[in-house]
This record gives sequence, C-alpha cells and structure tokens, in this order.
Amino acid sequence: MTSTVEAQAVQRRHAEDEFAAELAALAAGDDRPRPPGWLLSPAAVVTYLLGGAAADGTVIIPKYVGSRRLMEVAVATLATDRALLLLGVPGTAKTWVSEHLAAAVSGDSTLLVQGTAGTPEEAIRYGWNYARLLSDGPSRAALVPSPVLRAMADGRIARIEELTRVPSDVQDSLITILSEKTLPVPELGEEVQARKGFNVIATANDRDRGVNELSSALRRRFNTVVLPVPGGVEEEVDIVSRRVAALGKALELPELPPAVDEIRRVVTVFRELRNGATEDGRTKLKSPSGTLSTAEAISVVTNGLALAAHFGDGVLRAGDVAAGILGAVVKDPVSDQVVWQEYLETVIREREGWRDFYRAARRGE
Amino acid sequence: MSEPLLLGVRHHGPGSARAVRRALAAFQPDVILIEGPPEADPLVPFAGDEDMRAPVALLAYPADNPDPKLRASFWPFAEFSPEWQAIRWAVACEIPVRFIDLPAAVRLASGTPAAPTPADDTVRIDPIGALAEAAGYDDPERWWEDVVEHRQETQPAWTTTVTDTTGIPVSHDLGRTTDRSTGRTATGGTTAGGARDGGAGAGAGAGGVGAGGTTAGGAGAGMAGVGGAGAGGVTAGMATDGGAGAGGAGPAGAGAAGVGGAGGGATAGGGSAGGVAAEGLGGPGSLFAAEPDIDEERLAAAVAPFAAIAEAMAVVRAHAPAPPEAERVDEERREAHMRQALRAATKEFDRVAVVCGAWHVPALTAPLPSASSDAAVLKGLPKVKVAMTWVPWTHARLASWQGYGAGVRSPGWYHHLFTAVDEHVVARWLVRAAGVLRKDGVPVSSAHVIEATRLAEALATMRGRPLAGLAEVTDAAHAVLCDGDDLRLSLINRRLVVGDRLGRVPDQTPGVPIARDVASSQRRLRLQPAVSSREIDLDLRRDLDLQRSQLLHRLRLLGVDWGQVLANRKGRGTFWESWQIAWQPEFAVDLVEAGVYGTTVREAATARVAEQAAEAETLADVTALVERCLLADLPDALPGVLDALDERMALDADVAHLMDALPALARTLRYGDVRGTDLSALRSVTHGMITRVCVGLPAAVGGLDDAAAAVMRDRIDGVQGALALIDDVDASQRWQALLGGLSTRDDLHGLLTGRMSRLLLDAGTVDADEIGARMALVLTVGVPVAKAAAWIEGFLAGDGLLLVHDERLLALVDAWLTGIPADGFVEVLPLLRRTFSGYPAPQRRMIGERAAHLGSGGRPRAGEHDDQVDPDRGALLLPVVAQLLGKEPHHA
Repeated sequence: MTSTVEAQAVQRRHAEDEFAAELAALAAGDDRPRPPGWLLSPAAVVTYLLGGAAADGTVIIPKYVGSRRLMEVAVATLATDRALLLLGVPGTAKTWVSEHLAAAVSGDSTLLVQGTAGTPEEAIRYGWNYARLLSDGPSRAALVPSPVLRAMADGRIARIEELTRVPSDVQDSLITILSEKTLPVPELGEEVQARKGFNVIATANDRDRGVNELSSALRRRFNTVVLPVPGGVEEEVDIVSRRVAALGKALELPELPPAVDEIRRVVTVFRELRNGATEDGRTKLKSPSGTLSTAEAISVVTNGLALAAHFGDGVLRAGDVAAGILGAVVKDPVSDQVVWQEYLETVIREREGWRDFYRAARRGE
Repeated sequence: MSEPLLLGVRHHGPGSARAVRRALAAFQPDVILIEGPPEADPLVPFAGDEDMRAPVALLAYPADNPDPKLRASFWPFAEFSPEWQAIRWAVACEIPVRFIDLPAAVRLASGTPAAPTPADDTVRIDPIGALAEAAGYDDPERWWEDVVEHRQETQPAWTTTVTDTTGIPVSHDLGRTTDRSTGRTATGGTTAGGARDGGAGAGAGAGGVGAGGTTAGGAGAGMAGVGGAGAGGVTAGMATDGGAGAGGAGPAGAGAAGVGGAGGGATAGGGSAGGVAAEGLGGPGSLFAAEPDIDEERLAAAVAPFAAIAEAMAVVRAHAPAPPEAERVDEERREAHMRQALRAATKEFDRVAVVCGAWHVPALTAPLPSASSDAAVLKGLPKVKVAMTWVPWTHARLASWQGYGAGVRSPGWYHHLFTAVDEHVVARWLVRAAGVLRKDGVPVSSAHVIEATRLAEALATMRGRPLAGLAEVTDAAHAVLCDGDDLRLSLINRRLVVGDRLGRVPDQTPGVPIARDVASSQRRLRLQPAVSSREIDLDLRRDLDLQRSQLLHRLRLLGVDWGQVLANRKGRGTFWESWQIAWQPEFAVDLVEAGVYGTTVREAATARVAEQAAEAETLADVTALVERCLLADLPDALPGVLDALDERMALDADVAHLMDALPALARTLRYGDVRGTDLSALRSVTHGMITRVCVGLPAAVGGLDDAAAAVMRDRIDGVQGALALIDDVDASQRWQALLGGLSTRDDLHGLLTGRMSRLLLDAGTVDADEIGARMALVLTVGVPVAKAAAWIEGFLAGDGLLLVHDERLLALVDAWLTGIPADGFVEVLPLLRRTFSGYPAPQRRMIGERAAHLGSGGRPRAGEHDDQVDPDRGALLLPVVAQLLGKEPHHA
C-alpha cells in the first residue's frame, strides 16, 4: 500500500487502494467461510464486483456491469483452485475484471505479467541478477523472482495479460506451475512451492490475428469465461457513464453536468457500427476495421469532457465528442473513411435531433 | 373411512414423482385418482405392459366426426412425470386408477385446447416453479429437492472445516431483500426449536414463495405479511411431522416456535392462512387415528412435503391475479368435475389418493362445496364422441410442446434427476456431457470432468444452494468442458438437456386411426417401412406405383418425410419418379401429431393443405402447394388452393411474382395428365395468370439496371418455357404480340430487347431479315457500346449456333466489333467474354473459323477432313462405338 501523499500524486491508483474502504467494509461484515489465503468469501468478492452493500451499510459501487452468472463462474473458478482465463474482444473489461478480482481476493493487483510477443521465460519463472551471479555464484540472493513466483511464495493472485501473445514455449512454462503448484529452481537444487491462495488469472483476446493458441495441455488447466460486449444500449450507456464519472474524478477534470444524451449518442454510434445495423434493425451498415469497444467509447466521452471543460462552455456538446468518434472509427484512412461517410450521410443525417451532431461531424473532417 | 390423500404435484417434476411413489407406498390407497381425461380409464392396463416405454402420451380424437374444426388433444407423460409413476405403481399393485379431469369429450367439443397456457400466467401453469422462482431458484426441481425434500447437505467445495453448525445459509444475501428477511425469520424459529437445517430451508423457501406470489397479485407490503404466515405455517408442519420420524431434537419446541410464527403471520395477513395451516395439520392427525395398521411414521414423513405444498398453494391461490373469463370458467368446470369424481370415489372406496396439479389441491380440500352446485356447473355441457389411445412421444416434443404440462424445457435433465438416485447426480451428468462432446470429436478428459464437478458444486455453494442445479452444471460445462465455446454448449443442450429419448407403446394398443390407415396402405401397396434407406423407382403408368407415389407425397405434406424425391435417376420420361425411402421411428409420433387433421392420410393431407393455403404468404407458396396437391392427388383440396391462388394473384401487384409462379403451374398442367387428374380449373387460373402477366409486363421492364435486367430476362425465359408447355394458342399469341411491341422500345435494357428479339426469331414471328435490320440498327455508332453489347448478350445468350449458320448476322457482329474504338472495346470486353465463353468450345471454334473466312467468298467448306477419310483408322474406332451402343460389331 502506498502512502497518502504518494497516492494522490499517482496518475491511476491500484484497485486495492482506490477501493480500500469498500474492501475493508466487506471483510469486516463477511461471516461466510473464506477459502484459505483469501481476504474475502467468494460471495463477498462477487458483491464487490457487481456492487451492493456491505453488512455495515457501506455502498459498494459496481465494478463490472453485466451478467452476474459470469462473475460467479469466475469467482467459483478461483475458489476451486483452477486458473481463470478471461476471453473476449478488446475493450470488454477483461483486464479490469482481473485487476479487481486480484484486489478483492488477495488484496494485491500488482503481480502482473504483460504478455507480448517478446515476453521471455524469465517473466514467468525467474531471472538472475548477473552481477551477483558472477561474483557470488547461484544463490537465493542472486535470484530475481517473477511476479508469478512472488505470487506463489505469498499465496496471492498473479495476473497475466494477453496470454495468447506470449510465445508458445513460454506459455507452456505455466503448466507445471498450474498443475503441480511448484516451481523448481534447478540451479539452486530447490523449489518454490505455492502457498494456499495462489492462483493465476490470464486474459486473452479471441479476435486478434497472429496469436499463439494455447496448447491443449495448458488450456485444460484454465476455466474459460467469455466476457461479451454489452447486450443493450442502456446497459452500455450505464457502463460508459459510470466509468467516465470515475475517470473524470481521477483526472481531476472540472465537474460537469451529467451528459447522458451525448453519451447515449456515442454509444449508439459505436453499437450501430459494431453490429453492422442500425438499432431499429432497418438499415444494414458496413463495419469499420476497429473493434469499437466500450472502452473506446469511454475514452471518447472522457476526451470530450476534457475538451468541454477546458476549451468549451463547460457543457458536453456534440462537437466535443464528434472529433473523438471520428478518431475511434477511422482506423484505416481509406476504407474506414468510406464506412464513416456512408454512415454519416445515410443514417445520421436523417435522424431526428441529430442535426448538431451531423454538422459537428462534417466540420471535423 | 379416512380423508382422501391429496398429492399436489408439479406436472413433469421428477421430485414430485419420487415423492408420489413414496407417499403411495406408505398410504396404500384402495384407488388412485389422477388428473387426466376419464375416457382413458380403460387404457390404464397398457401402462403396465413391458413393451410400454415413456415418454408416451394419451391421445383423444373425435371418434367419427369429420368436422375439421375439432382437433385431437394430447396428454404427454415422461418417465419422471408423477402421474405416470402413479399409474405404473397402481398397475403394479393392481389398484384401480381413475382419471378425474373434465372429460375429453367436453373439452374437444368446447374447442379449448388441453390446457390453456397464456405465456404470462406462469403461476397457474406451474405454481411450484413460480414458488421456486420467488425463492431465488431457477431450477424448480432443485428447489423441490432442497426445500421440500432436503435430502442432502453439501459443504463448500474448497474446505472441509465447515460443519453443520455454521451450515449453509439457505437464504441468499445476494440482493434479494425480501427473501433475506423472511429467510432469517424462519431460520430463527427453527434454531429455537433445534430442528434440522432442512426445516429452516423449507420455511425460508415457502416464505419467499408467499411473498413472490403476492407481489404478483399487486398488493405490496401488506402481502409480505401473508408470505410470512405461509413460512410460519410450513415450518410448523415440517417440524411436527419431522418430530415424529426424522430425528429433530426437541420437536415440541420446534412446533411451538413454528406455530407461533404461523399465528403471528396469520394475524397480519388476515386469518385465512392460519386456518389452512391448522387444517393441514389436522388432516394427517385424524388419519393416524383411523388406520392404526399403517406405518404412521413413514406415512407422516412421506406426506409432509405435500402438506407443506398444499398450504403454500392455498396462499398462492388466494392472491393470484384473476384469470381471463374463458379460463376461469374452464378451471371452474375442471375442478367441479374433479370434486364430483372425488365424492364418488370416497363413497366407493375407503382409502383414496388423488394425484393432481398442486394448483388444484386447495379446490379439492375439505370442506368441499355442495355436490349440487358442482353438478350445476357441469350440467348440459356439449359433448362429442371421442376415442382415446396411447401414442409414443419424444423428449424433444416434451420440450417444445405447448399445452398440458408445458414448459419442460429440460426433459433430459429431469430424466437424469429421476433416474440418478445416488449422491453423484452432478458428476454423473457431467460424465454424460463429456461423453456427448467426445462422440463429436472434442477431446475431454476425466480431469475436465473432475474440475467441472468441483466448479458446479462451488457455484452452488456460492449461490447459496445446497445442490447444484441445471444452471450450475451448465455454467460449469461451459467454462470447463467447452472452453467457453457456445457451439459446444448448444450440443450438450440439444443432446443431453433435451435429449432424444423416444417412447414406445405395445403393439396391441388401439391404433391411432391415421396410423392404422398408413399401415394398411403400406400392406396394400407392398411398401414396408424399414429403417435402412433404399431407393425405389416408380412407373407412374402402373396403378400400384402411382398409388405409392401418392402415399409418399401425402405423407410429406403431413411432415412425415418417409421418402425424399430424387432427381430423375432414370431420366426416361416424366412418368418415372425416383424416391429414397427410410422409415424413422419418430415418424410414428409425427403421424400421431398429423392425426389432428384427420383419420386417414388422404383426409389429413387435404386438411393440412387447406390450412397451408390459407396461411401462405406469397404467391409462390400457393403455387408450390398446387403442384404438391396434384402430386399427392388431393382433388378435394384443389378448389380451396386454387381459390387462394386466385386471391393472391389478384392482390399481388408485382408482376414478377406472377411470372415466377407460372412455370410451376405450367409443369403441373402438362404433366398432371400422367396422373389422370382433372385440371380444367387449373387451366383457367393459369390462363388468367398469363393475361395478368401480359398486362403488367410493359410497366415492369422499364428502368432496370444490369442485375435487375438479368433477373427479368430469366423470368421472361421462364414464361416462354411455360407457354411452350401448355397448349394455349390464345395466350401464346398475346405473349408474342407483347414481345413484338416491347422488343423495339428504345428505353429498355439492351439485354431484354436482345432477348425478346431472339425469342421472336425462334418463334418465327419475326423473320431473319427483320432481325438483321434490328441488329444493324443496334450495332451502329449512335448506340452506346455497352448497350449494344448487352443486346448481343441477350440475343445470343446460351446459344451461338445462330452465328455459325447465319453469315449475315455474323458479318454484322463482326463489323460492329472491329469498329469499336479502343477505349470502348475495353469497356465491352468483359460483356462479350461473358457471352461467348458460355458457348461450348466446338461452337466457339466454328464461330472463329467462320469469322476468319468472312468475306472470302461464300461459306467455307464444311472442313477439309471431310473428303480425306482414312478408312483404316476409322475402323479402329468401330468396336468401341459398337460396345457403347450395346451391339456386336458386324464383321463384313
């Protein structure tokens, strides 16, 4: 845990710091059995994720807006000592969910390995402090533990982001860790055994090209939860508004009146282009190359709020979000531009009450 | 004489089914009354036959009434249906069974379906399901198990340290505040008395129920009190009965606490619930006194769930929203009839057991209204003569069936719950799920199954359910066995959750009339049903084959796809028809379902066609029906279908639809004669259709783009082909005149005018000179090259022989082609390539040869090789040719 002074200076606080009060309240009023090594009971973890109230009345704000069933499966997976694989297209809150799960279960969301095509085996097992290694020879002191190794030693949750981007041979070094719950260190002739409470949450993107499919040996050590894109407009508007409000607070933007109408527009545009059809189901549309996730909608609205607060009249208007939408939709300058133009001229232009948005979007080009 | 034992069940509920068996075994009744049509009484003995296998259904159909408005009704039973278990038990113990619902004769006459099932009225159809839902369960059978039977107690999957002193909270704290408060109250009450956790569970569940039911009634906070009363009452009932047999510590205390709760609740809620609770307790008590030879403890334990359910039902019924009038009347009649039957049975027998839907229990509970008032309700109801029989049924049909016992969406799961009686219900299920996936080539290991089982149990604990239900095992299968893949999960759903179980009835069961008709036709036509697939060729000139074809076509109309028509295998004339036939066991069920349309295949197919014609949306649908009607030889259906056709034709503004419909009619007219049908009505309808096409076409061909023009060209070809088939001089002349007018219109797409010109040329309406002139006109500088190319494409489409034989036309094309400027040539090249590449290679070569010799003086010789025949080399081929022709080569 960081001190208060530091905490105010950091740009984004860890989940366990940001929601420390909620976690403490839940833990205090939690009389259900807790799995060994857990700070909360599974039911309390679900409450923490989906919102509700702690026993003492503390309001728990929802971290994930969506299916309770999915969160229950995710938490129950961790409770049964199985590793959890969160699958989904980009922007479906995979990382968000994994961070909050780790924070709620072991009070520490920082044991993180970012998976990339260049992730080495050291990032999952351990590395060496070479100066030490050369001067003293192999010893515990010369060993540089990976986040996974530290999680094992402390009985916490380790997180691996974008597991499918990690090369296959590196992925497979997880197999022993997940099945035997131990990591041998042959150089020292010893091993690190995981303490109770250790587990792994991995996230992966099932849309990207050029990913390394998990081997079936590894795959079967994970339970899979597929996080879907939000089901309806209202649900998505809700998600975007909540996150925008939270982000605005974190970024210390001036307080603005809530702009649900603009948010609804952004969400509508995103949904229609993503689904390739208008919400009323009457018009078919082309879809742009980007994923147009909820996360991007959030960033468009936050960006618009910043524009409105610093350069505008303090109210979020069509012009503030239009430029952001254009940037989010047109990822490929040629083909996406056509998609956007078509959408603008055939759908937006005709839509009642969207005149200002249409004009702003035309200006933005 | 003792009070009748009322067993209120959940239709198709395996938990109820088990409880019914237990209760019957303990009670040893002299007669069992079951909710169902009384006409089925003589059919009961068949249920004991060893060839009988559930799922089966009782079928009631109008015996000798051809009125098509009267439809047959079904009462399906699965292995896990309480009614079925009661019947089997009775047959095994040789105890009489009587069905006590309103007679099928009355229901069929009044036209109401077997059970009215409006989608929004779930309380009436499945009150126990509604109770379970109000208590936070999505699987009513698991609720029954937890709350009503509390057979097992599980522990959190991740720990073994939790003991039953902490227990697993039965109520949820996951945001259902009503449940939580009532749950807590109930738990408090039982803890005071020291009863088992299960007792608390019952109270909590039923409490939630009352609250849920009343909220549906729309009466807010006041009703929550009544819910509490229900909870208290049930707790009392359970604790007292449990005290007698099932090992609760301190039964007196528990009873007192429970009754106190009931009393308090009743005061808040208005007295009625308390009264019912007292009734429920009194019933079994007096019963013990009357029959000392019955094992009282066992009986008390066995009937306890039903007493609890009956009390809960009294509360639910008192606060359920009023149904629509027709339904209310129907329910009143049914319950009046049940009461009358109950009165009759109690006079005749000493120990009476009643198995009926839980909803009806309060209506059959003493004190009953006077017999005369019930008689008045039932007086003078219209009746028809009905016949009944057993028919096989399937799980898939149970899942999709609308009507009596609707809403069994997971018959496979229920069957599993009913048959897997040990503690490994979840593991067994997941092993079967793994089997389904393996069979489809998805590698699933035992380790997967172990993990899935653990996950399901952990989920159940987390959701506060002592037992994993369908939702838990499905979630676990999804996350572990299916790797999150929805497709694989749907496979499990289809094969396992619904399942493909097929019922069977013994041979000596009275047959369904339509099935008898099919069987006799099969014998008469020497076409035995066999599961293995085989192909047959029918010569429609022979009477036997014609009748076979008609039978197969009729069955297809009824949705029994015994035979599939194959593309003409013999290909020697229209009188041959090839079929692939394979008889699936489910056809027996399909046939039974088709039986609602009539008692013979012919009659049923006629009724079905009439219904389809009335429902058909597009003209093409009706036309297809006409054709099928003739194939199946249903002359009685034809007038209706033709009327529908005439009507759709008049209303259909789009000439394209008419043109699409025409070819099928023409085929029918032409080849229907083979089957010896009277086609004069069809002929006049077709004639009318051609007239409409001719009137509508000029407006429909203008302003078409390339794609639309191509579609229209195919339609015009279709009409032309149709006209060639039917012998209608008048119509043909009209069509030719129309084409003549259209083909010179400048505003049409070149493809169409080209095509029309070709059709006119082929028909001889326009001579070659005229066509030459037209082509010359099109292929001039004034016409855009694209249009000219389209014209050529239309004119030549599919057949280049014309160019081979008419040198003048070829010269025109050649001159035009060579005159196209370079940039224009690039534009038309794709079009030309499309046109010419469609011709067979020899034709292309010949056109090329002709074009090369154009202008070099007359026709080229037919080929140099003509006059240079090499007889020796030719002779080498002769044996092969002879073999191909099937003849011995002649040796000179």
